Amino acid sequence: MSHSNHATEQVLRSSGVDVRKCMRCGKCTATCPAFDEMEYHPHQFVYMVEKGEIEKLAASPSIYKCLSCFACVDRCPRGVEPAKLVEAVRLSVIRKQGQNHMSPDAIPALLDEDMPQQLFVTALRKYSK
Amino acid sequence: MQRIGVFICHCGTNIAGTVDVKAVAEALSHEAGVVFSTDYQYMCSESGQQLMREAIREHRLTGIVVGSCSPRMHEATFRKAAAAEGLNSYMVEIANLREHVSWIHKDMKEATEKAIILGRAAIAKVHLNAPLQAGESPVTKRALVIGGGIAGIQTALDIAEAGFEVDIVEKSPTIGGKMAQLDKTFPTLDCAACILTPKMVDAAQHEKITIYAYSELEAVKGYIGNFKAQIRRKARFVDETKCTGCGICTEKCPMKKAPNEFNMGFDKRGAVYIPFAQAVPKVATIDADYCLMLKNGKCGICSKVCGAGAIDYKQQDEIIEREYGAIVAATGFNPIDAKVYGEYGYGTCPDVVTSLELERLMNAAGPTNGTLLRPSDKEHPHTVVFVQCVGSRCTETDERGKPYCSKICCMYTAKHAMLIREKYPDTDVYVFYIDVRTPGKNFDEFYRRAVEQYGVHYIKGMVGKVTQNGKQLRVQASDLLAGEQLHINADLVVLATAIEPDKTARSIGTMLTASMDTNDFFTEAHPKLRPVESPTAGIFLSGVCQGPKDIPETVSQASACAAKVIGVLAKDKLTCNPCVASSDELLCNGCSSCEKVCPYGAITYTDKEFRGPNRTTLIRRVASVNPAVCQGCGACTVACPSGAMDLKGFTNKQIMAEVDAICK
Ligand SMILES: Cc1cc2nc3c(=O)[nH]c(=O)nc-3n(C[C@H](O)[C@H](O)[C@H](O)COP(=O)(O)OP(=O)(O)OC[C@H]3O[C@@H](n4cnc5c(N)ncnc54)[C@H](O)[C@@H]3O)c2cc1C
Ligand code: SF4
Ligand code: SF4
Ligand code: SF4
Ligand code: SF4
Repeated sequence: MSHSNHATEQVLRSSGVDVRKCMRCGKCTATCPAFDEMEYHPHQFVYMVEKGEIEKLAASPSIYKCLSCFACVDRCPRGVEPAKLVEAVRLSVIRKQGQNHMSPDAIPALLDEDMPQQLFVTALRKYSK
Repeated sequence: MQRIGVFICHCGTNIAGTVDVKAVAEALSHEAGVVFSTDYQYMCSESGQQLMREAIREHRLTGIVVGSCSPRMHEATFRKAAAAEGLNSYMVEIANLREHVSWIHKDMKEATEKAIILGRAAIAKVHLNAPLQAGESPVTKRALVIGGGIAGIQTALDIAEAGFEVDIVEKSPTIGGKMAQLDKTFPTLDCAACILTPKMVDAAQHEKITIYAYSELEAVKGYIGNFKAQIRRKARFVDETKCTGCGICTEKCPMKKAPNEFNMGFDKRGAVYIPFAQAVPKVATIDADYCLMLKNGKCGICSKVCGAGAIDYKQQDEIIEREYGAIVAATGFNPIDAKVYGEYGYGTCPDVVTSLELERLMNAAGPTNGTLLRPSDKEHPHTVVFVQCVGSRCTETDERGKPYCSKICCMYTAKHAMLIREKYPDTDVYVFYIDVRTPGKNFDEFYRRAVEQYGVHYIKGMVGKVTQNGKQLRVQASDLLAGEQLHINADLVVLATAIEPDKTARSIGTMLTASMDTNDFFTEAHPKLRPVESPTAGIFLSGVCQGPKDIPETVSQASACAAKVIGVLAKDKLTCNPCVASSDELLCNGCSSCEKVCPYGAITYTDKEFRGPNRTTLIRRVASVNPAVCQGCGACTVACPSGAMDLKGFTNKQIMAEVDAICK
């Protein structure tokens, strides 16, 4: 397990998650509504980040399948907040590509009657950091 | 001027490995008042003590400084050795050269320097030491046990068997506690009632035991050997001395709408009730919240049908006062309220129950006479899902759960799963676990039997949510080893809810000045070496109120606790700690600061006459400390703004002299 690799540190720092608190109960994965869509599941995010396998995670479509519903964050008995890791990995990918940054001011222009409000919240979470 | 002897111990290499003991003894030999200074390999050994005794005789020593391990280890040893030579024990001081020096430093030069400084401080203190005499206080030879669960019952029985009187104060109408509600018990699967009720009867019939059921502790005063307790005997509206327990009133009572707490609210009981057939004392109790007569004066049926004339609607709470030499806390536990776990559907889906509720649903004396039926439609469940660790093992800051492992749920869930599979082999049973924790004699074998012999499906994973799906429950869970998310249609979901100390424990702890941890479990005087005593003298701990335990562990601890209580009651007099506070009446201004900070209630005030100027007298309010209650914590000496309060053996002057010696 490598804790020193830069990408891991960046994810840990930007997410604020303490992966060592995880007791591997699997309640996050039991809760996750996007389970079927995902290659890796919330408890695996935690374990993979702990092992420093950021690249594997970053390359997986799972990070875009996460609904940012935060059910895993809400239910985790140990306060681990797995979804924040997904978000951090996603961010690290976006940052690397140097694109897709969206400012809050840009959002009103995109408003569309049919779009569920939650999408905006998600968009903000995904892009506005 | 004192004649001081200094003894520097090597403690093998424990001290001598890091501290130059010879240099320390040499340096301290030049201190004022030191007439003898030496080092020795093991001061605590027979020959080490002999060395000290000879030096006391030969050099007519009046004070001793030992540079050794912590005073917690051998202060008593050296005090005894000094006393054997006629030197007052309190003329001995320890400089802690092991825990405070050698074990925490690496550099010999620095460590030696620090050892010399600590030795100087001890010498400075000995110069101001005065001989102290320990007083004595008598012992009331009766014990109070708070809580009549299996813990309280066992402790009371053992104390009574040793020939001492014991009172049990139980807040509910009967003793028995949670064990009375259980069906079978792991790991042997014997019926809980069959092994508990004989003990309840023994307690009731024992001539040395008095049971105050339906009673609560109101106030406690005093100290080890001499406690005074006020007990509130709550009005049952039934004369305990007349009631024969025939139960006719409970049958005839027309008000049958009270939830039956013994059956976890699955059925109703009358306003007048006896909790269960083997209740002790077997006496009816009227529930004032439901009784029609007490509420609006209309009914009175129970009074008419009672052949013994025991019903008394005018009965009032009564406060009695009793004296005790020792007090035992045995207030037990309760499961947490599972309603906080909305995702599991408890409280909204009737077929989601807690493990304690399941005990009643499987108990032959329970609401279904022992046939397992779903609460919603009284049908046989065919798929049962158990969820472990509900509210246990959460992070410290979690608002819903507890940070500790509740310890008993892994085993009772294996028991439940096994019993269901045995009685109803057509039932599928799933257990979702994080870890299966089974340390204990025959415990892991028991759990493996559930898996191997009874075919219980143990799945490593957790349940995420439970929703009502028509007549069934839909359970969404993870199977971590298979990497799957499962969706199970279940008929019954059982939550192994965390346990927590009884809600009244905190107020009992405050009354007894017994310390508790952040989870409201009582803390022990030492987690390893004094596990059944509270740090407060005379207060002892029995059962789950000290930490999660199963029955075998509870009973062992209860008996250990009784042994400690008997140790107190068997003495006619107790030696008091002479290092207690006392206030200088001439300096005290009666401000009450000390009383407010004293955690043991040792300080009282009296109005005293003093001589004023010009032959007048003047009445002043002054503090006085009860030496038998004072534990010598020193809080008051710090709080006192006039410097009137001082601690014997640790006077302000002595402490300042030590500080001065260190800072020199
Ligand atoms: C679902 C379930 C199944 C279990 N199955 C098993 C099993 O199969 N085998 C096993 O070994 N263990 C089992 N246990 C554990 C067992 O119940 C406990 O170990 C045991 O009951 C502890 O006894 P206790 O006397 O410490 O506490 P309790 O049983 O809680 O008794 C405490 C008593 O003190 C009284 N009280 C509380 N506060 C006050 C107060 N302020 N004043 C006066 N009285 C007070 C209460 O009313 C109660 O009567 C099970 C527990 C649960 C929850
Ligand atoms: S719910 Fe929390 S503790 Fe449990 S596996 Fe997921 S992240 Fe770890
Ligand atoms: S936030 Fe993402 S990972 Fe967490 S439960 Fe929702 S979809 Fe699953
Ligand atoms: S005993 Fe088992 S079920 Fe109970 S909290 Fe501990 S690990 Fe969880
Ligand atoms: S030393 Fe402590 S216990 Fe004694 S009287 Fe002062 S505050 Fe109370």
